[in-house]
Amino acid sequence: MNTQVKSETLSTGRTMRPERGARLLSKQAPLLTLLSFLLAWELGCRLGEVPEYLLPAPSAILAAFTDVDAMRWLGHLWSTLRVALLGFLISIAVSLPLAIGMVRSSYLSRTLYPALVVVQSTPIVAVAPLIIVILGTGDAPRILITCLISFFPIVVAATTGMMSTPPELIELSRSLRARGSREIWQIRLPYAVPHLFSGLKVAITLSIIGAVVAEFVAAEQGLGYFVQFSTSYFKIPQAFAGLFFLSAVSLLLFRLVQLIQKRLFPWSLLETRQH
Amino acid sequence: MKPFVSFEQISQVFSRPDGSSLMALKDVSFDIGRHEFVAVVGPSGCGKSTLLRLLSGLLMPTRGQVTLFGQPVTEPRDEVGIVFQKPTLLPWLNALENVVFPVRHKTGRVARADYERARELIAMVGLGDFCDRMPGELSGGMQQRLGIARALLLDPDVLLMDEPFSALDALSREEMGFELLRIWNERPKTVLFITHSITEAVLLSDRVLVMSERPGTLVSNIAIDLPRPRTVASIQEKRFHEYSSQIRDLIYRPHHAA
Ligand SMILES: Nc1ncnc2c1ncn2[C@@H]1O[C@H](COP(=O)(O)OP(=O)(O)O)[C@@H](O)[C@H]1O
Ligand SMILES: [Mg+2]
Repeated sequence: MNTQVKSETLSTGRTMRPERGARLLSKQAPLLTLLSFLLAWELGCRLGEVPEYLLPAPSAILAAFTDVDAMRWLGHLWSTLRVALLGFLISIAVSLPLAIGMVRSSYLSRTLYPALVVVQSTPIVAVAPLIIVILGTGDAPRILITCLISFFPIVVAATTGMMSTPPELIELSRSLRARGSREIWQIRLPYAVPHLFSGLKVAITLSIIGAVVAEFVAAEQGLGYFVQFSTSYFKIPQAFAGLFFLSAVSLLLFRLVQLIQKRLFPWSLLETRQH
Repeated sequence: MKPFVSFEQISQVFSRPDGSSLMALKDVSFDIGRHEFVAVVGPSGCGKSTLLRLLSGLLMPTRGQVTLFGQPVTEPRDEVGIVFQKPTLLPWLNALENVVFPVRHKTGRVARADYERARELIAMVGLGDFCDRMPGELSGGMQQRLGIARALLLDPDVLLMDEPFSALDALSREEMGFELLRIWNERPKTVLFITHSITEAVLLSDRVLVMSERPGTLVSNIAIDLPRPRTVASIQEKRFHEYSSQIRDLIYRPHHAA
């Protein structure tokens, strides 16, 4: 053990310089890839003289981005973000009780699960216009569409997580004659946290998709609306700018979920050595 | 007077998912005295864990009766502590919180006295400096020590251990065995210890129960007459080897239902 530690320090000491360089390179690899991709794109557009309405160069997209007023961007951003985040939170609030219900009662899991699968398999894009017709044009129908698109991974992740609790822990709980609710709150739910967060990471990006789908159907604000509107007026660089903005927002939200997991549940990122 | 623990003609039949039934235990009877250390060895699938779950009250026998303090076991009780094969600590709680977990889980709150008792137990298993470490930061042996401390929190009279050291490497396994004997010496308990290591069974226990393949029956009940305290030197003794090979013969000899 000791000798092993020593030899490790020795080897890092010896290979310090190249290793640090390699680490920096691997850390910046995604950025470098992105930059070289953008460069290739720019060069391709310029040298190949690709018309702007087919594929605008990154520089043209950037110009289109700055052309639009910052307040307008913020307005669209807020509209999309509001729907996506509310939809996401409501999805969590609905999914967790559903998952708990299915874990506690095999009757519920037998009846509810197939129903949820049916909802999940229905192309919500096709149902969206119907929802708008029924609920009108406010935030409510858009939030509902977002929920319908994003809830399923949360339910599945929470249920799988709670069901994967080691049977010994359930026996421990039973041997203490603890209340069933404590088995859920003190054992199964915390046990599901790592699973739950993989579900949440999928769900947060789906909720942006949900918000955009809703805007495609009916909206006069929002980034999705902006992209659609720009496209229909052949302002292709502007559409691309909106698209990139959307991806950036989606990516940031994803990172935010990761950050929340790291801050609130650092143990869930530690791999437990169970032997 | 009734024995401290008694298994009276226990048979256990499980139903399989396909509807057929499986006899896990057949007509098993034995007693355990107060503060006795009894080991159970036998091939895997012979019903050792089932024995333990019957005594813990997590499972009711199909036939026969298990008694504790002269009363039939009908539900789990605080006088029985369980140590599992895997340490099964809760990864989101630190060592101290894991050890007081039984109280929190049972009553919903933890008193200062509970924390004090937990700290004492953690010190007793040799991890006094590790109270605020997370399980993921501890070795398998350390986790299992905490598992033992947790099982002792409610000060049980009976300690049930289901292959508690089988996930450890050979060295820490032997060390944990002696550690357990030291704890047992400090706080005498009635111990039912399941293992598939014959050496471990002979080294630790007052008595070894040898079981046959499924359906599990009791093949032999061997008193281990080796002086205590047992040490590494005990393993060198001639009688230690005699006991070990006697048990090995019993396990590997083909059995026929009597
Ligand atoms: N709850 C159960 N349902 C069905 N079969 C079971 C159940 N528990 C144990 N068994 C079966 O009973 C037999 C004995 O199991 P167990 O007591 O765990 O054996 P051991 O601990 O000696 O390996 C095994 O064949 C096992 O598959
Ligand atoms: Mg077993």
